[in-house]
Amino acid sequence: MNLRRDVFQAIADPTRRAILLLVAAQSMTAGAIAANFDTARPTVSKHLQILTECELLEQRQNGREVYYYINAKSMKQVADFIEPFRKMWDDRFNLLETIMKNYTIKE
Amino acid sequence: MELKTKINAEDGKQELTITREFELPLALLFKAFTEPEIVEQWMGTKVLKLECKKYGSYQFETSDSKGNVVFRANGVIHEVSPNRKITRTFEMENAPFGVQLEICEFEEVTEGTSKLNMHVIYESGEKRDQVLKLPFKKGINMAHNRLQDIVSKLNVGR
Repeated sequence: MNLRRDVFQAIADPTRRAILLLVAAQSMTAGAIAANFDTARPTVSKHLQILTECELLEQRQNGREVYYYINAKSMKQVADFIEPFRKMWDDRFNLLETIMKNYTIKE
Repeated sequence: MELKTKINAEDGKQELTITREFELPLALLFKAFTEPEIVEQWMGTKVLKLECKKYGSYQFETSDSKGNVVFRANGVIHEVSPNRKITRTFEMENAPFGVQLEICEFEEVTEGTSKLNMHVIYESGEKRDQVLKLPFKKGINMAHNRLQDIVSKLNVGR
């Protein structure tokens, strides 16, 4: 059984972020991905495994080759992780606006 | 509904920016950051101290309904340029997030509208991301409750 890994931990690593950028531009085989890095091939394979386990990448058989694709749904989840923080500030600022509009009336 | 507040947090950086346009004249927006009794209302926390001037400092404290302190924060103020800029630090007490530097810039857009740009710098990219991942639900609910309190008080006053 594969342990479901933390998406945010996965993207904390610079090599894994670079892999995501590469694959986002074009789906690629493991060999083609590894050719972009000085890192040993097994290390790149390990990164690919982690990215696949946390569903940031998907594998698809294409003829005899396995291609890696970006999982757009998970990437959206990554973009959304600042949303609660943004919502908190937006709520505070809405409140500020309401209070100060009333302040004008009072003055 | 589209949120009016924009956050720019680039991957791997130790900083972020928060920007927002307000339907308020610049002077009123600035006042909301410098008057303790106003800050208290929109930040949803008690302001124990707020000296909005160079070498000044501030302390926030929030308690739950049973009176237990659930949040404390403090900071020092480095620069206050009226209607233009506030530079200050912010530190949550008893939390592992370190100190952050906040540069708040205020700008007039039109006579009745203004803009805030908050540039926040953390000790590291990791600390920034930890802060971003804090469970904010509780804080949001607190802000909503505050809004209801304030609105009901306003109605009573009229």
